[in-house]
Amino acid sequence: MRLLVKSVRSVLATAILVCIAVLMFSMVAEMPTFGEPGPAYNELTQYLLENTVTDTGAQNVISAIILDYRAYDTLGEASVLFAGIAAVLTVLLAHRSAGRGQKNG
Amino acid sequence: MGDLVLQTVAKLIVPFIQLYGMYIVFYGHISPGGGFAGGAIIASSFILYALAYDVDAGFKRLPRLVAKWLESLGGLIFIIVGVLGLAAGVNFLTNFLDKGTAGSLVSGGIIPLLTIAIGLKVCSTIVTLFYHLLEEGKHD
Repeated sequence: MRLLVKSVRSVLATAILVCIAVLMFSMVAEMPTFGEPGPAYNELTQYLLENTVTDTGAQNVISAIILDYRAYDTLGEASVLFAGIAAVLTVLLAHRSAGRGQKNG
Repeated sequence: MGDLVLQTVAKLIVPFIQLYGMYIVFYGHISPGGGFAGGAIIASSFILYALAYDVDAGFKRLPRLVAKWLESLGGLIFIIVGVLGLAAGVNFLTNFLDKGTAGSLVSGGIIPLLTIAIGLKVCSTIVTLFYHLLEEGKHD
């Protein structure tokens, strides 16, 4: 009985793994070959490379993207930094003042 | 701590590290770099000083209150620039200043201001975190 359960489980596992392998190999076969422009190289890339200087006046395309086209996103990132340091200081300072039973500033 | 050679070399090399970090921050819209990288470089100079001398000397150079205010100032500059854009009649965080000629130091409108704000914020964050962790290890 136990042998039957084990054999059924192994057959089932093999079938599932073969399905996953077929999916993954088909995904790899669909990838663009090395050096070919992939789907990420579209008209947006062309637009940014051609019009960044006239749109924003900055030579660095990365800075123009994160601080002009998507400045609101960067504000959220700075807020993440702020929240992180606030949480860490909360934990550390509570531990320091509670550990020795005396407060020092 | 307390090694003469280490302390002398740290004392000599800290200003150059800070100057390089400020260059990275101020030229963030022209050459590779920007607020995150420059802030990390400036913070590394403070960390080197604290490692060579002591955490208490590091706290004397950059007191807790100053670090706290710098941290808040970075975020405040960001939001104030956006609100000034609203007052000038464009959307939040849209470029409302003069774009200038591409390649010069004062160009790109609000991008240099936001870069400086991010540099302040990242620098104070890393320095505060590192000093507190060092201090934690000292008292045990």
